[in-house]
Amino acid sequence: MSLLSITDLSVSINGTALLNDVSFTLAPGEIFGLVGESGSGKSLTALALMGLLPQGALTTGHAELEGVDLLNQSEKSMCALRGNRIGMIFQEPMTALNPLMTIGDQVAETLMVHRAMPRAEALAVAREKLDRVGLPEPRFPLHIYPHELSGGQRQRVAIALAIALKPALLIADEPTTALDVTTQAQILELLRDLVDDEGMGLMLITHDLAVVAGLATHTAVMQSGRIVEQGLTEPLFRARAHPYTAALFAASAHQPKRVDIGKPEPLLVVEHALRAYTLARPSAFAPRPMLYAVNDVSFTLHEGESLGLVGSSGCGKSTLTRAILGLDRLQGGEIRLFGKPVGPNMPNAMRADVQVVFQDPYGSFNPRWRVDRLVAEPFHLLPAPPADWRERVAEALVEVGLHPDDRRKYIHEFSGGQRQRIAIARALITRPDLIVLDEAVSALDVRIRAQVLDLLANLRVSHGLAYLFISHDLSVVRAITDRVLVMEAGRIVEEGPTEALFTAPRHEVTRRLVAATPQIPPDWMEKIA
Amino acid sequence: MKPGLAIGGVLAGVALIAALVSLVWTPYDVTVLTIAEKLQPPSAAHWLGTDHFGRDIAAMLMVGARTSLAVALVAVGIGMGLGVPLGLLAAARPGWADELTMRGNDLIFAFPSLVIAILITAVFGPSAINAIIAIGIFNIPVFARVTRGGAMSLWTLDYIRAAQVAGKGRARISAEHILPNIANLLIVQGTIQFSLGILAEAGLSYVGLGAQPPLPSWGRMLADAQTMVTLAPHVAIVPGLAIVATVLGLNLLGDGLRDALDPRLRRAR
Repeated sequence: MSLLSITDLSVSINGTALLNDVSFTLAPGEIFGLVGESGSGKSLTALALMGLLPQGALTTGHAELEGVDLLNQSEKSMCALRGNRIGMIFQEPMTALNPLMTIGDQVAETLMVHRAMPRAEALAVAREKLDRVGLPEPRFPLHIYPHELSGGQRQRVAIALAIALKPALLIADEPTTALDVTTQAQILELLRDLVDDEGMGLMLITHDLAVVAGLATHTAVMQSGRIVEQGLTEPLFRARAHPYTAALFAASAHQPKRVDIGKPEPLLVVEHALRAYTLARPSAFAPRPMLYAVNDVSFTLHEGESLGLVGSSGCGKSTLTRAILGLDRLQGGEIRLFGKPVGPNMPNAMRADVQVVFQDPYGSFNPRWRVDRLVAEPFHLLPAPPADWRERVAEALVEVGLHPDDRRKYIHEFSGGQRQRIAIARALITRPDLIVLDEAVSALDVRIRAQVLDLLANLRVSHGLAYLFISHDLSVVRAITDRVLVMEAGRIVEEGPTEALFTAPRHEVTRRLVAATPQIPPDWMEKIA
Repeated sequence: MKPGLAIGGVLAGVALIAALVSLVWTPYDVTVLTIAEKLQPPSAAHWLGTDHFGRDIAAMLMVGARTSLAVALVAVGIGMGLGVPLGLLAAARPGWADELTMRGNDLIFAFPSLVIAILITAVFGPSAINAIIAIGIFNIPVFARVTRGGAMSLWTLDYIRAAQVAGKGRARISAEHILPNIANLLIVQGTIQFSLGILAEAGLSYVGLGAQPPLPSWGRMLADAQTMVTLAPHVAIVPGLAIVATVLGLNLLGDGLRDALDPRLRRAR
């Protein structure tokens, strides 16, 4: 008996067809993976099942949950189903919870709404559910607020909320994309346990093939609103019969060609860098505790070298990056670029040598400027903008694979991958020696990511660039760096050539990171004859 | 062009043109009283009728537009001109600059605005100029707060960091990146404050602390008409409608401008 059965589900919004004939079934206790790139219709499928499509959406086909038709329900009866028979977990744990409600009240709320349960009783159940998702009593009392929790802990609260009423179907939409690898591994394990214990069906929506490979029994691959192939995960992934599936696999395993242009001359030297923040006093007269975000960090980055910096969130990567970019002052130690000290007061000519590409392709640009002005912004570092600045902007756009005519467009006219190319063009415009890539490809789909990694590898050769590649995603760091630093709690705990470090990690932190990284089993990847 | 922008432009434009034309021409002289023709309903001679002193209401409305618009515009100008830079400064320099400007704001907020306006006009004498200053001062903290709130959330974004990496200082980033991106907030707040300014001027004139007779203002026209509302309703309705139409027009204009200035929304048209 299937729990959820969908046949020929199609959705169009204002006349544009966005989902076409989507059909699949899901059995109780099964994990069903829905993979595809952004815009392929994964989330839209989930929203259609929940009856949460925007105004103007037209749905056809059938969807039944435990024999109940989901598509022809009144809003009132859908409200009774949502949260009760269908639970949902969203991508962003930072915004999925109400910051003004205690975690206990948020979990109890669904119980009070659906079961008309008295508050005391609902809170008792909430306690039980929070215990179940790994937030036990003494450390996580019911009366704490979301801001007191980390991202992974908040996602656990969101899960407790979703399973409070023992739903038959749990929909998880990119539940771990915003989390770092170690937390991701824990959350995925929790989800698998819940499915095993409670016998609910889990629909796991993700762009990450490795996550699906490790978790889902059945998988469907979506491309532009259609399921192009589906079946048991292992045979599907081994065969890769559909060209799109094969392309996704090729992209996620993609290795840009190795380049070795490193020279022995040091470019950036960090010596005993120290940056501490004072925290709020725990009580009125207690001394202020200190947080050592960067604690006695030393390393050297050579000319033309690609250096990786990995670590889980909160390890001090971002603080160190800000110091290297000369935005923040250090409290101890020194950072030198070509032998000259780096800091907030360094001359503009030095700033022109170090540029940066950020993670979020959507937040990296002023939405009111045109591309030419955005890309030309670092020219501010020169005494006067070069007379041929328009040509140089066009040239930079061509170098990153865009068209010179894109100069006159606004940033919202570009996709995420194109925006990241524009960010790289902006970083290249002053012809720097070092580009800091702060999670620069983490927000991109696998195929776009592969293209951007190739672009970075090519630019490195043509411009003799050095990269400092900061990421929590080990597979990407592995693909593009020569040498890696592993950071934990403000310190560099291990450093070495990339391949050697990942194949034989010495430090416990590195081992944990490597173990937590989801992987497609290597033997699945062997090409079938 | 969106209909809202067009309607708003027309409504606000009519008020503005009426005010400008009144500088050179009005149908009747508003300083001449003709008691014999008092409280006449609209007719061919007096399009909008006459008030209790026999003055032509259409002429009063035109001259009154001048007073009301000038008071509200200059008051919003004072508020924006001083409040926005203070808000940008507070957001750009967390720490003492932020504390100083914001506590200064709180100080102004702590007094009931009408009481202070009455105090100012009582000390410096009732006049349209003093009403402008009194209303303007209370616009400063409003704009400073709105600006600071909008700017602080922008300061955390990556394109601001990118501008810092491009070596730009805080003042320049505030002017080039922050200000254009909070313009929508300021336009909306500006239209609200403008409407409130017209109402505040009406309130001050009502208690005799705004524009002084014989200079008409919409607020005083309303105030004078209230005892005669049952006798000659048009005397109150006409200036009331003028205020409603102008405020509505400015709100539509503000909304339309906000959308028209945003490149993201421009394409969706």
